[in-house]
Order: sequence, then structure tokens, then C-alpha cells
Amino acid sequence: MKILVGYKRVVDYNVRIQVKSDGSGVVTDGVKLSPNPFDEIALEEALRLREKGVATEVIIATIAPADAQAHLRNGLAMGANRALHVVSDQPVSPLEAAKVFLKLIEKEQPDIVLLGKQAIDDDANQTGQMLATLWGRPQATFASAVDVADGAATVTREVDAGLEVLKVQLPAVITVDLRLNEPRFIKLPDIMKAKSKPLETLPLADLGVALGGGLKTVSFAPPAKRSKGVMVKDVGELVAALKAKGLA
Amino acid sequence: MSKILIVADHLNGHLNGAVARCVSAARAIDGAEIHILVLAADPAALAAEAAAIEGVAKVLTVADSAHAHLIAQQVAPVVAKLAAGYSHVFGPSSSFGKDVMPAIAALLDAPQVSDLMTVEGSHRFTRPIYAGNAIITVEAPADKPVVATVRAASWPATGAGGNAAVEAISVEVSLPTHTQFVELKQGNSDRPDLQAAAKVVSGGRALGSADSFKIIYSLADKIGAAVGASRAAVDAGYVPNELQVGQTGKIIAPQLYIACGISGAIQHLTGIKDAGTIVAINKDAEAPIFEVADFGLVGDLFTLVPELEKAL
Repeated sequence: MKILVGYKRVVDYNVRIQVKSDGSGVVTDGVKLSPNPFDEIALEEALRLREKGVATEVIIATIAPADAQAHLRNGLAMGANRALHVVSDQPVSPLEAAKVFLKLIEKEQPDIVLLGKQAIDDDANQTGQMLATLWGRPQATFASAVDVADGAATVTREVDAGLEVLKVQLPAVITVDLRLNEPRFIKLPDIMKAKSKPLETLPLADLGVALGGGLKTVSFAPPAKRSKGVMVKDVGELVAALKAKGLA
Repeated sequence: MSKILIVADHLNGHLNGAVARCVSAARAIDGAEIHILVLAADPAALAAEAAAIEGVAKVLTVADSAHAHLIAQQVAPVVAKLAAGYSHVFGPSSSFGKDVMPAIAALLDAPQVSDLMTVEGSHRFTRPIYAGNAIITVEAPADKPVVATVRAASWPATGAGGNAAVEAISVEVSLPTHTQFVELKQGNSDRPDLQAAAKVVSGGRALGSADSFKIIYSLADKIGAAVGASRAAVDAGYVPNELQVGQTGKIIAPQLYIACGISGAIQHLTGIKDAGTIVAINKDAEAPIFEVADFGLVGDLFTLVPELEKAL
């Protein structure tokens, strides 16, 4: 069984995002880039399925500019067997990313596609659902437990009301939530080993997916700020303040 | 003219409160005619709830046992087929809305606006990125239906008082059988719903155990509040996942939010910044939560929370 994992590079989650003063974007020069945390969880789950003997091969894929090779080497060091680098200098929308991944599915014929439920840059939470739809296969989103047996995956999903369990026939798309697992740390020897693992480069133009049909971002703005309030010295003062606002 | 179809989310025979908030967003589009689509095994009572929302022109119902549990890949083909007659298809940014709307968008070959915050025009909206640390204005293409999830915390619920016509329809479309609902493990709570509650009391890692969390429940019950939690508290197993507030949990906008022992990571703050009044109780005077709190109280929560409960 083959597992394809989406492995996106994003601004590190610890970076304090600043909107440029002219509203043309956010400051990305010199900021730390890291794998999308949800994608690391997706990769970890794929590796565990391989270690359990459920899967035989784990392939990571990204859509990114040419300088993303080190990012993919990182995923290979974590344990993926090989990597696919769809090279694009232009940003791709979630629908376009889904179309690109569909091409990779046609090429690789995976049984499971594991993706993060969202990327922490655009926070769109769309690509997995769109990919499942275009592929005509099941989706199990926001997974906090995955059990694969007999050609199906039983997936526990974190939903508003609690935990929902779905059983989906494979092949299927699974998007992962935070509590599915804790990704492993990369060990130094694995970094060395990753250097010789296969990394295939695919120019986006060769895949026949047209870009530019997505939403047009007109401008960027910082969020409305809450003004800093007051410190109260004790519970009595707090209750008085809440009463004054009609909240107690 | 804009014609907007809203996909209803529901559970246990009631509409999700976010549906009425979706209606508010739809009404912000000039001259919009608003329809709500209810897919359910038995939609009658749900349709009555939807029809009572002010500003709704029509409620469409599809009765099918396949929709007893809303499964994205079984709902999306029905909505996509109906979407031909609409300029916009909206759904709430609930877990169901997030699951199904991109599937609908893909069937329509249209991009999706996630977490729509404000309407700037029929095809121009704002939405948050980077955990709400930047707000972008986006323009959707004019030649496709606009597909969007509506960020419930950004919109008030439209009131009742409507009297829309209800029309039962059937949609000829084949549904996939590759996905099977197994079960829903729901928290058994008599407390108010976290996303609809006027008041929320939340606890963080500082509570230290599931058992200690009872002081949070106790305060919440005293003031009729829902209970929330930080990611750290959920990860540690103090409370179930459905209580998580933040970027990847629930985005809420109660009138009053009381954060106890929550330091205030940006991922948590993004979930509460639409709250009316934020109260923070934390022993660390430097905690980032105090940067956004209207009222801050420094001290030991195990003393202060019970004291607050007594005083309220």
C-alpha cells in the first residue's frame, strides 16, 4: 500500500505575522519557514502505518518554488521514502493544489492520501475535501484516530459535537487534526540518509493545471486590535466592574 | 440580483445556531434573495425552524435517509446540482460546513471563501489568514458561483419572525456509497452550547488535571455559562476536544469570556477576540492574555475562581 502525503512549507507558527504598511502582503523576508504542523502530523501517521506493516511506501509531495528542496529533504529525513516536488513560482489556490494532487494521484496510484486539515498560512481548510471530490473518492476530515484494515479506513473525526466515526472505502483522502499523533524528532543520521533518497522534480506547467482562476487578493490589513484593559486588584473589584457593564 | 443558497447544518433535530448567522451575512449582500436548503431524513421540524429566520424567502427540503447523518460526499452532489440557480452558496464555518463546502466548490469548479468576515460587495469579502493576524480582502470571479463558509463569530444571529415558504424537492443525483457513518460520540452536557453561549468560562493548562477542572464547571454553572478550554488543556486530557477554543478549535464571540489559567497563545486569542468582554485570571502578570483582557486579575486561580463564584 502506498500513501501520498501533502507536505507544505509555511511561515513557522511561532513567527509574529506583520502586515506590510502598504497593505500589499505580509512580511515574509527573512522569516523562518517550517513544514505546516498539520502536514507533519499527516506524515507521522503515514510513517506509523508503514511501521505497522499496513503501508509499504510513503511519498511526500509539495507545490513550491525551486528553493523548497531542503524542506522536502526534511520530510525525507523524518522517514518518507521519496519526494515529489511540483515546482511553481506562483502561489496556488486550494482548488489548484487539489488539481495538482489529482495529477500526482494518477501518476502514483496511492491507496491513502494524507493531508493536514489546513495550512496555517492561508487557513483555508479546503484542499483535502476538494481533492476527494475531484477524485470521486471518500473524505474523512479532521482525523484524531485512523485505523486501516481490509481495504477500508475507520476514522475518528473531531467535530463540533464531539467525535464522529466514519468508515471509508479505500482509496480515500484523510485530513488530520492536531491530536492524531505527535510527530517524531529527526535524528542526525536520518538527515544524512535523506540526502540520497529520491526527489523528483515536476514543473507545474508540465502537469496541465492552469493557474489564476482563484480568488483575487485585493489587499491585506492588520486585524482590529482590542485595547488593553485594566488590572483589578481583587475579586470584589472585578465583580463591581462586571456589574457596571451589566454582566453580573 | 444575488440569489443565495444556504446549506443548513443540524444535529439532533435542531438547526445549528450558525445558520441564522449565515443569514445575516447573506443579508449584507444588497437585494439578495435567500433560500435555506435542509437535507435530512425527516426535515419538517428543521424546515420550520429555518422558515422562521427573518429575511429568508424560501426553505427547500430534501428528505432522504441518506442524510440522517450529514456526510460531506453525500451532501455535496445534491447542493451542487441545485447551485445552478444561485449566484452564491453559503454554509456556516461549523465542522460540517468546513467539511462539505469545499466539496461543493470543487464540483462547481469555483474557489471558496473560507471564514467570510465582512461583505464588501456581492463578490468582495474579507477573511482572516495566519490565525487572524492578517485580514485579506478577496474578490471572487464573476463567472462562477461564490462559495463561502461564514465565520459565525463575525455575524450576529438573524432574529426569528420570518415566515418563509417551505418547498419539498427531490434532486436526481446518484450518491456515493463509499462512506459509512459508524457513530457520533457526543459530550453529554446540559450546559449551554459553547458557540452560542452569551457567557463562557474557559480553563487552561494551569488547572493541572481533569479533576481540578471542576472549579471551572462550577463557576460556569453558577452564571449559566458554557465551558471552554485552551488547546493545552484538551491535549492534556482534562476536557474533551469539543471544548477547544482557538484557531483550530471553535471561534467564539460571547458577551463575556472568563479565561482562567490560560496564558494566551496567539492561536487561542484568535478564537476569542470577538468576545464582548474578556476577563483573565492568571498567576503570571506577564501572560499575553492580559494584553487583550478588559479586566485582568493576577493570582492563584484555585483561590480566585471559587471566590468569584461566591461573589457572582
